[in-house]
Amino acid sequence: MPTSAPLLSPDLALDARGVARRFGARWVLRGVNLQVRAGEMVGLLGHNGCGKSTFMRIVATLLKASAGDCFVYGSNVKSAGDDVRHHVGFFSHVPGLYDDLSARENLAFAATMLGFPSADIDAALERVGLTHVTHERVRGFSAGMQRRLSLARLILQRPRLLLLDEPYNNLDVAGIALMNGFIRELNAAGGAALVVLHDLVPAAGVLDRTVLIRDGRVHTPAAADLAHDGVSPQAITLPAGAAGIS
Amino acid sequence: MAFRDDVRRIRAIVWKDLTTERRSKAGFNSVASLGVTILVLFGLALGPDGPALHDAAAGALWLAILFAGVLAFNRSYQVELDGGALEALLLYPGARWAIFAGKLIANLIFVTLMLVIVVAVGIVLFSVDVPASWPQIVLIMMLGVLGIVSLGTFYAAMSSRSRAREVLLPLLLYPMLIPVLLAAMSATKALLFGDVMNEAGAWMQMLVIFDVIFLVATFLAFEYVIEV
Repeated sequence: MPTSAPLLSPDLALDARGVARRFGARWVLRGVNLQVRAGEMVGLLGHNGCGKSTFMRIVATLLKASAGDCFVYGSNVKSAGDDVRHHVGFFSHVPGLYDDLSARENLAFAATMLGFPSADIDAALERVGLTHVTHERVRGFSAGMQRRLSLARLILQRPRLLLLDEPYNNLDVAGIALMNGFIRELNAAGGAALVVLHDLVPAAGVLDRTVLIRDGRVHTPAAADLAHDGVSPQAITLPAGAAGIS
Repeated sequence: MAFRDDVRRIRAIVWKDLTTERRSKAGFNSVASLGVTILVLFGLALGPDGPALHDAAAGALWLAILFAGVLAFNRSYQVELDGGALEALLLYPGARWAIFAGKLIANLIFVTLMLVIVVAVGIVLFSVDVPASWPQIVLIMMLGVLGIVSLGTFYAAMSSRSRAREVLLPLLLYPMLIPVLLAAMSATKALLFGDVMNEAGAWMQMLVIFDVIFLVATFLAFEYVIEV
């Protein structure tokens, strides 16, 4: 796999060069090349099992690439993982919360681990609409409430590169609006986002462009091709450019 | 400054682990019950013969700590695996060894609490007269627990990503713990019988050496076993 010498641009939030990953004998990613500029919102599409989440996990330093290089704001995810983790916020499809801690305690733990002031916790809880369950244990939360609490953790963190893996799952209309509001806010502050999606409709108006992972590589999708790659038919009928599709 | 940040993270992990454990209660109850059950079964198997019970006390005690400890180590990572919390934990910036240190301290506190219960039950069941050298026995117990917990926490992290972790952990852990168990058991037994051969000191030295080796090795290697 190609691993050219890095010519890093300071305005590149993400620079993936020939990123490949295999599980056993099966290559899931075969050389992903993707650049995301600071302030750019990019949708990542593809059918189930095409390697979208695997790529996100490599960027987040949760998984090592079998080949290739990946840089986040100039830091190599392989050799400077700790620097990368200072920039990256990952919204996974699992909530990553502790069931026996309250909403506030979960955020207090996150704030301590991140080195952020716990004074912002109440504001974050208020923003995601969970002030009425601040002291209740997460065990009793619905899936949507757990997603909102995970979002509150991201609000505390305010990362420069947001990695969102199917962020609209289990969110109601208000939750989707919250998520989009946060993405836009981060965008206004110069942050970048990479968003894994199957349904482009909730993300309409948020994304600058979309790319597609097919056969382990990144492609620029044409609207007509998307139905073959697990993207919802409604998205294809969106006005041109509304979801970043040309 | 970075070290101070790591200390802050260690304290947060210890607090989180102990708070979740205190609230769920299931973990401590099951671990302490297992420890006591093992002692009771040993007592029943050896019968009412006082000297035989006294002879077997040190061995029974350390086996109870070992088996109950494995249950505790598995649980400490199960909390992280539920709901993908381990992923979130690994995403926080900072040195990986801080995560290990936090887990290690929380497990040390947990196993020490369990040890207090098991020792109290053991003294009654095995008719043990508390010797004058009890402070040395306490020291040996703490050293033995440190060795068991450092390796147990490490191997529990290593096996946590495996679907067969409940089977894998004892398979990895038991052979590695033989020197620690041998030294701890022999030193405890020697002190319970008045240390007539003056061997307790040598066993204690061996225990200290293995603890240092295990602690250094596990702290250095943790970063590599926790990442995929």
